[in-house]
Amino acid sequence: MKINSFLFLACIFFFTSTYSSENKTKLLKVYKNLRCLVCQGQSIADSNSDFAVTIKLVVQDQFKEGKTEDDIYKFLASKYGEWIVYQPTFSKNNFLLWMLPYVTLIFGAVIIFFLVRKTKRNKVN
Amino acid sequence: MKISISKIIIFTFVIFFLLVFWRGLKINNNYDTKNLIGKKISKFQLIEIDNNNRYISEEDLKQNKYTLINFFASWCAPCRSEHKYLVNLSKEKKEIKIIGINFKDKKNNAINFLKELGNPYNFVGKDSEGKISILFGIYGIPESILVDNNLTVIKKIVGPIDQIQYDEILKLTQ
Repeated sequence: MKINSFLFLACIFFFTSTYSSENKTKLLKVYKNLRCLVCQGQSIADSNSDFAVTIKLVVQDQFKEGKTEDDIYKFLASKYGEWIVYQPTFSKNNFLLWMLPYVTLIFGAVIIFFLVRKTKRNKVN
Repeated sequence: MKISISKIIIFTFVIFFLLVFWRGLKINNNYDTKNLIGKKISKFQLIEIDNNNRYISEEDLKQNKYTLINFFASWCAPCRSEHKYLVNLSKEKKEIKIIGINFKDKKNNAINFLKELGNPYNFVGKDSEGKISILFGIYGIPESILVDNNLTVIKKIVGPIDQIQYDEILKLTQ
């Protein structure tokens, strides 16, 4: 009987701690992607300012209400602008920001291709 | 004179990056509140500072021609400096109702603050944890938001109200 009770309590403890650590990881991910608007180059996760503390409470509440990560970012962006999110969502205003690395990569590959071809031709000649 | 394609590409990239940085330096994203102007305020429920059974919501603001929502606290020095403008506004402009939201403060300190400097508010609510402030896009206090009876934000003032801001509120509500 005692062993059963012990196993039951151990299971509860295990599942509760796993659930809370999952939640903590999820919260930390959101905090790290939010900019502390009143700090110098700090995320909400890094800051203990009044603003950061309040944002943390709001994020926790919204998770409890069943909101997704995207819902939270959209809500905060509607109040403070896209600036509050470190990784902005893809839109017509920032498409260049998202596409530029790929464009640069393609350009770089094209330049390298032509340079290599030119060098080979020079060697042959 | 022969100019290679790679030099043209590199030159174009340099010019492009310089333009991006130049534009980036000119944009000020800090304390940018223009995205809230013209938008409707969120739903909220504000409990009165000294009566937990009395509260107001955004629906109550529809009855006022204009509402000025002011975030303040007794521990906030700039709130003291702006308070005289709020008191004047409450006397001069009866069509503007002023809602005070006491931010992360102690009840007794807030009540004493209003006793000392006067109470310009038609309703004083409490925001002990600061969560309501996030619904209004507040960074810190003092901050004020002027809304019309459609609950649309007309103006958002970051920092204390001064003579210039006061005159602008009067102009906007004429």
